[in-house]
Amino acid sequence: MTTESGSESKQPQENREAEKSKAAEEQTSPQNQPEKFPAAAGHSTPAKREQEQQREDQVSHRSSSSRLSKSPLRGVRKVKIMQCKVALLDGSDYTVDVEKRAKGQILFSKICEHLNLLEKDYFGITYRDIENQKNWLDPSKELKKQIRNGPWNFAFNVKFYPPDPSQLSEDITRYYLCLQLRDDVVSGRLPCSFATHTVLGSYTVQSELGDYDPEEMASDYVSELRLAPNQTKELEEKVMELHKTYKGMTPAEAEMHFLENAKKLSMYGVDLHHAKDSEGVEIMLGVCASGLLIYRDKLRINRFAWPKILKISYKRNNFYIKIRPGEFEQFESTIGFKLPNHRAAKRLWKVCVEHHTFFRLVSPEAPQKKFLSLGSKFRYSGRTQAQTRRASSQIIRPAPFFERTSSKRYNMSRSLDGATIAENHDTLMKDSTAGGDTKAAAIITTVTTEREEKTEQEDAQKNSTDTHEAGATSQEPKTDSERTDFAFDGDITVTESEADEESETQTQDTEPLPEVAKHQTNISELKRSFLETAGSSTPGPTEWEKRLSSSPLRSPRSDEAPMIEPLEPQDTKDDQQSGAERKEEVGPKGTEAAGYLVKVVPDSVVTEGVTSSGPHGISLSTTMDDDVFLDGTLREEVEEKTPDSQEEVSETSVLRLSPGAVRQEVSQAITDKKGTLIILKEAEDQADSEGGVMSALVDEEEEAVGPEELEADKNQRFLLCKEAEIAPEDIFTHNAVVKLLSLTEEMKGGDMNHVRGLDSPKKAMASWISEEVKTEASEVISARLKSSPTRMTVSESSAMPLVVQGPPGQEKTAVATETGAAPGKTAGQMPLDSVEAATKDVPVIHTETKTITYEAAADADTNGDADPGVLLSAQTITSETTSTTTTTHITKTVKGGISETRIEKRIVITGDADIDHDEALAQAIKEAKEQHPDMSVTKVVVHKETEITPEGED
Amino acid sequence: MAGLMAGFGHYTHAIVRGIPASLAKEALRTNQAEVDLDKARTEHDAYVQVLRTRLGLEVVELPADESLPDCVFVEDAAVVCGDTALITRPGAESRRRETEAMKEALTDLNMNIVEIADENATLDGGDVLFTGREFFVGLSKRTNQRGAEILADAFKDYAVSTVPVLEGLHLKSFCSMGGPGLIVIGSSDPAQKALKIMQQMSDHRYDKLTVPDDLAANCIYMNLPDKGHVLLHCTTDEFPESVKVFEKLKDHMLIPVSNLEKVKLDGALTCCSVLINKKKPDN
Repeated sequence: MTTESGSESKQPQENREAEKSKAAEEQTSPQNQPEKFPAAAGHSTPAKREQEQQREDQVSHRSSSSRLSKSPLRGVRKVKIMQCKVALLDGSDYTVDVEKRAKGQILFSKICEHLNLLEKDYFGITYRDIENQKNWLDPSKELKKQIRNGPWNFAFNVKFYPPDPSQLSEDITRYYLCLQLRDDVVSGRLPCSFATHTVLGSYTVQSELGDYDPEEMASDYVSELRLAPNQTKELEEKVMELHKTYKGMTPAEAEMHFLENAKKLSMYGVDLHHAKDSEGVEIMLGVCASGLLIYRDKLRINRFAWPKILKISYKRNNFYIKIRPGEFEQFESTIGFKLPNHRAAKRLWKVCVEHHTFFRLVSPEAPQKKFLSLGSKFRYSGRTQAQTRRASSQIIRPAPFFERTSSKRYNMSRSLDGATIAENHDTLMKDSTAGGDTKAAAIITTVTTEREEKTEQEDAQKNSTDTHEAGATSQEPKTDSERTDFAFDGDITVTESEADEESETQTQDTEPLPEVAKHQTNISELKRSFLETAGSSTPGPTEWEKRLSSSPLRSPRSDEAPMIEPLEPQDTKDDQQSGAERKEEVGPKGTEAAGYLVKVVPDSVVTEGVTSSGPHGISLSTTMDDDVFLDGTLREEVEEKTPDSQEEVSETSVLRLSPGAVRQEVSQAITDKKGTLIILKEAEDQADSEGGVMSALVDEEEEAVGPEELEADKNQRFLLCKEAEIAPEDIFTHNAVVKLLSLTEEMKGGDMNHVRGLDSPKKAMASWISEEVKTEASEVISARLKSSPTRMTVSESSAMPLVVQGPPGQEKTAVATETGAAPGKTAGQMPLDSVEAATKDVPVIHTETKTITYEAAADADTNGDADPGVLLSAQTITSETTSTTTTTHITKTVKGGISETRIEKRIVITGDADIDHDEALAQAIKEAKEQHPDMSVTKVVVHKETEITPEGED
Repeated sequence: MAGLMAGFGHYTHAIVRGIPASLAKEALRTNQAEVDLDKARTEHDAYVQVLRTRLGLEVVELPADESLPDCVFVEDAAVVCGDTALITRPGAESRRRETEAMKEALTDLNMNIVEIADENATLDGGDVLFTGREFFVGLSKRTNQRGAEILADAFKDYAVSTVPVLEGLHLKSFCSMGGPGLIVIGSSDPAQKALKIMQQMSDHRYDKLTVPDDLAANCIYMNLPDKGHVLLHCTTDEFPESVKVFEKLKDHMLIPVSNLEKVKLDGALTCCSVLINKKKPDN
């Protein structure tokens, strides 16, 4: 720990006095020098002896430097060291020096290193703000900017409670989790019954003291341990009773038992926040792995699983969630809660963003680009659970030896953390009461009407369906619904696919998730096995299928019997989907270049034959208004114009592309500098034998090739589908698009050069901001990533429920799966509000539209049977930067046991001519490939809309 | 090893209560109906016989109390989970004293007794659905929010979610557990709606078994040593269609129990007993 800071580590002490006196002036000092903050109150550090010693010889040097720092002349030495005091989970304090400008990550790494902790993603650092509220330290930000004037005191805590601790790789990780939970229990944050206190307490005793030993242990040996908030003699006796039965149990085993019991508690891992509902009633909002829980007193009065939530935002002291319409509802609704103050709202919002990302996404969203300084750039930047599981499955070190320090005793002072929750709540309570009366809660429950658009959309849909027969082998009504939502700074839209936590649970119950994780990593392996299966012509179920089929979720559909059905139809779907999802890990990702906000939208796709794709589905939003950047503002008004119909059509045609044709195509279109559609194709594994073959083929070919590389990559052939001009006014030019598909041309690799010369989208942004409101040319680049194994299909009747094969075991009950229903309703209901809102400041007017499509050669039709697959899921992820909007639409289907995932990415680049569209396009393609290395690009469509001079005729 | 929340449906004891003569005329009912006292008693005897003889439970039979016409419906007087028993405060004033005998019996069984002191709270056991992983409490004519809160406080390990009961007397008038993770639900709209709410509120996954008749959805599930899954459900005489549904449960030992008379008083199968597992969770 002393290494890096050794040379300067003496600083804190030295500086303390100086800083105290100078703090004020220094803070206002114009110098480049990092500002100084008063040292922590509890700063007198019992630093380690060795460190002290090491520092000795540097004292003089150091003090001079600190003096220097006050001088305007100073310049050379800019690294200052601060001493951090970190309360660890075992109740001890750890003192560590970090550079003053260090980011949270540095401190976190040091602590984890100190703790010998590898699976660190579940943990985090907290600090107390001025209001003494506990905040999570953002690892990507500088410490001093977060703690501001507060002391450099921190606590190390569990941030994400793993739903299944047995899946943690190392005992040491479980040990720390146990420590956290013990504290949660003792502090009352994790309420439990008497019986549970005895059980948990007994395992704690076993883990800490070992086997019961009548000789060594006095009759009250348990009394010194803190096991419950109100520890009674009776409790201690019961604990001893149980403890005696654990002879031979190792500490690690005892901790495992502890966790197995603790994880079942209803408040396990629930982070509570005080709030008021729209009527001013005191409630608690609980953020947990599965979603947002609403409590009134101790009762759960509502629950919003992540998949139900389309968007999370906050504005001032209000916190909003936008909810996907329920089965019988037509509209989305936004529910507002009032928090005690702005900080509390933001804190809650952050926690939601983080939990959602950690537990629901495969990979984190990219941070927002730092361009405009308004609004929160906050994103969770750590690893997600999926990633950390994968990572930890690769831990190869021998189980580390670690010492279990004795836990808090009655005679010990309470840890920083343990003591605080109560205060915390108190404060919150006060706040809320105080704040509550001042302003009548402007809490809104909005219902957005979407009808008009909907019908419009439907029409469009119909049209498209009609028209696209031209190219289509089988007419597939579009089943995927697209949901879009735009997220802006300050509001994250958390939209999700319905894959529910249940599915996770399910998986966990049946099989250890790590396996799943492995699957993810080993898709190719799976594919191989597919092939083998195929070769042997044994259509036995793949491993994956077996797993699926053994899941209780899948039940044979039988129309007649009213039988046992999975309670949540959507979930059923989701489960499958999520299975698929896990493997493929299509994570919404952004690149730094473009800070993407990603929303994952759960779309249930199987719908009532009508287009599920939202009317504005993915829309190309040409403009955004500046409000977007306001801090934390809830924004729904993104304008979207949607040429979706067109897109849909193309999608349909894409369906027919064979996966086998993995060629990638680039075209001149790119040259045109217009938008592009990129289609990535991925072969999904879980296929059965035949499907497997197909997908395997696909896989082989999928290589991530940067756009720039494409050029070189001559072997990859691109088909230029066709370039069509579309009437400017006609935004929904399905017909035209359809035609596009029919034509194919060979692409020339040479064209690719256009792609080069990346300069960042910032340019575009800049121009935007510079108030050149009149965008002269707005370009829409849509990229579609499609991964699809050929066989994909969207079921013809959208109503088609997911048909699941019943697990053999469950046959007893004939099952009718109601799956169809739920998803259906959802689909088709797009976030219309966004559309509505749109118009406002749409600088861009449709004018000239060009669409160019590149498709992979379609040898696809190999399996071009008309058999419609079953759409498992579809989700749309939208991310935006000032100049670009990326909408990722992921569709998963299963057909004949093959699951296929296709990702369609639409990237809208908006801005005037200054934007280098080629560059943006190239970047987009590259990103797409990076994000989905397992997939290949099958189609690229460039669509350009240019505004014709306002005066000009339209 | 000690394990919490294990052993859903494991029972060793049952508390039942005799039928007072006052039942016929004075017991509360939502529909006016003639109740044949003798038939009701015969039915009840058969019910108790099943618990005692067929299933081998230790049955504690409380004497009927003429001043408490509804006292046979013991379920409303207490909610037992693990070794904790919450003595309720029934929503119907005429039934409040039913809890006295119940409390005594539970005390004798060494349960940890929790009582409701709050005068504003009402809670009927019939509104409490315990799934093995969590509680759903129906907010009905008989049970209010406060009652539910107290229940949540008594069983801290579990999530307690409230479900509005729009129709029917109790939450369990149209649903019950048919096995671990299996909810038996009536097909009426209110029942289905309630189920939707439950599913939304829950972190857990349940399967559902939909039966055509709401009343038939009230059945008693047990998991007994040597017998496995046991389900006491309605008879063909009452709900032939629903019985067909139950008969598809191949893994369950199905025991039809007649309930023609008590049902007239809104008494379903679960209403007539309080089931208890006296074994320690870790045995």
